[in-house]
Amino acid sequence: MIGPRTKLGLILVMSPLLLWLTTLIIIPHLDMLYVSLREKVGVRQYEFGFGNYMTFFTEPLYWNTFARTAYMSIMATILTLLIGFPVSYYIAKIAKGRLKMALFLLCLVPFWVSELVRTFGWMILLRETGVISNFLQWSGIVNQPVEMLYNDAAIMVGLVYTSMLFMVVPLVTTLDSLDDSLIEAGYDLGASGFAILKNIVIPHAVPGIVTGSIVVFMLSLGNYLTPILLGGKSSLWFTGMIYSQFITRFNWEQGAAFGFLLLGLSSLIVFVGLKLSGQTLAKTMG
Amino acid sequence: MSEKNQEIPDLETVSVDKSFGDFRAVKDVSFSVPKGSFFSILGPSGCGKTTLLRMVAGFLEPSNGDILIKGRSVVNEPPNKRPVNMVFQHLALFPMMNIYENIAFGLKRRGESESVIKQKVGEVLERVGLPGVETRQADQLSGGQKQRIAIARCMVLDPDVLLLDEPLGALDLKLREHMKVELKKLQSEFNTTFIYITHDQSEALVMSDQVAVMNEGIFEQVGSSRELYYNPKTAFVAGFVGESNAWSGTVEQVKKDSVKIRTSSGFTLMAQTKGEDIKKGQKVKAFVRPESVRLALKAKEISSMENRVKGIVGNVLFNGANSRVLVQNPIDGAEIDVAIPQTGEFASLAKGQTIHIGWQHDQARCFADKSGAK
Repeated sequence: MIGPRTKLGLILVMSPLLLWLTTLIIIPHLDMLYVSLREKVGVRQYEFGFGNYMTFFTEPLYWNTFARTAYMSIMATILTLLIGFPVSYYIAKIAKGRLKMALFLLCLVPFWVSELVRTFGWMILLRETGVISNFLQWSGIVNQPVEMLYNDAAIMVGLVYTSMLFMVVPLVTTLDSLDDSLIEAGYDLGASGFAILKNIVIPHAVPGIVTGSIVVFMLSLGNYLTPILLGGKSSLWFTGMIYSQFITRFNWEQGAAFGFLLLGLSSLIVFVGLKLSGQTLAKTMG
Repeated sequence: MSEKNQEIPDLETVSVDKSFGDFRAVKDVSFSVPKGSFFSILGPSGCGKTTLLRMVAGFLEPSNGDILIKGRSVVNEPPNKRPVNMVFQHLALFPMMNIYENIAFGLKRRGESESVIKQKVGEVLERVGLPGVETRQADQLSGGQKQRIAIARCMVLDPDVLLLDEPLGALDLKLREHMKVELKKLQSEFNTTFIYITHDQSEALVMSDQVAVMNEGIFEQVGSSRELYYNPKTAFVAGFVGESNAWSGTVEQVKKDSVKIRTSSGFTLMAQTKGEDIKKGQKVKAFVRPESVRLALKAKEISSMENRVKGIVGNVLFNGANSRVLVQNPIDGAEIDVAIPQTGEFASLAKGQTIHIGWQHDQARCFADKSGAK
């Protein structure tokens, strides 16, 4: 059915995408996979084996760090969803006209500044000599400087802040497509606000919730800057481990193995999450 | 049965007013709907009929006035507490639920037990003629079936008043004609008060016991379909309900119950006033229905009629039983819309032919022209 001309057209259209996929994604990953499967047995002597992967499971520090990273990322995803949902509902359903545009833009504006600068912004607020600490001292609530950086709460604040847009955008899109008359029909048939949220709004928004949650979870899990800057030395983030393997210890083999473990384990968590919520990837994306 | 005992009306509005900023959408509307009747509100888009309906449903709060359902004021009740239900313009069936869940939605909110819900859903589906569709999704049903599900979803709650917001608008013509009859049947079967809003006069005229014609926020006239058609009280009703030929002119001569009107282009016609106080020199509008005009091939046949025009056949608009002919009036050049009687006498009417038309003065209604240029 496809003539030679359409075939040529198809090849031309697809080639940039294929080029991008192979050179930037597939080739580096294949190389990483190769590196991760080399065990160092002596100086410049390598053997094929799964030793690098085994290290992850035998050394409690590594898998504990991973478990902690995954747990914190899940918490960040849930928190982002809980904060993002009312915000999105307000933007999509309650705000009208220019206010709606303005609020949506406000969510976007922080992303015009680099992530590093945004994180430094939080450091200025939270550090011992920072704005909040000074304000508390000035108002007399505390009588000495308070350090609010370098703990899990600070990491969480940073992660939620960085991820908010990626939750709000899909949620606003799906909530926007919810016909107002469905909500009105719900009220008309005697439902309370909570019953409408549970039976009409949330079921409609599921694709947006799933998409947003996957993106936020993956971004948090793979985030490096925020946990390191806001959590300090005790952040124990898995990407930090990978970084130190590559850069500090020159152990590329171990770093590559950790990289693949992160990819595999995070995919597994997303898969389990989808199964638990009874969703499929096709349903959410399509 | 309910005609004898003067019960409290199912729905009553008292001087209801609604303003959005400076714009008054509904102006001082009072009406009452007796139990078990089919009441339509007919008006062009933007006349305030949807606003009025939404106030009854509880989605809008009246700026002034009171709304009573079965004699009880409901203005301070939210929509989920009012004993009224609404069929939405696009039906608003919940796409995330199947038919059973859609209909059970309201019953569940009332906290009915699962067995009662199951029985009631089955019963109402039986009544709307769709038994056994419980497990289907809304988008698996045809337009007419969805319509009936939307009505069933409301009727299962046994509301005092059912509100319908132009629910036939999205259907194609054939189905719409069918659903008109169907709706009327359902209404008499459930014996519930229906309030139906529409801009389609044939929907309103066919189905309703009473029709209110609404324009620019006020009720122009409330009456039976027959009254509105044969005895319009205002120029707007005469022009809006049914088809009409209209003339604007000045009163030249006033007789006992008729007036002689001269239009600006010099055409004169006689029209009846039906008790309206119209004086000489006043600006008026006159309306004549196409079916009230007599067609004749010879002038002699209509010599007894007060208004006679010898015109030329313009276009013949063939539409089966509703065929029309546009007759050009040589005096002002305007075309007069005339219904063609289906007797075969005028089957060969052709463009350019000379024809005689005439009507009695009591077929032409005259109203004081309040709008001036309109």
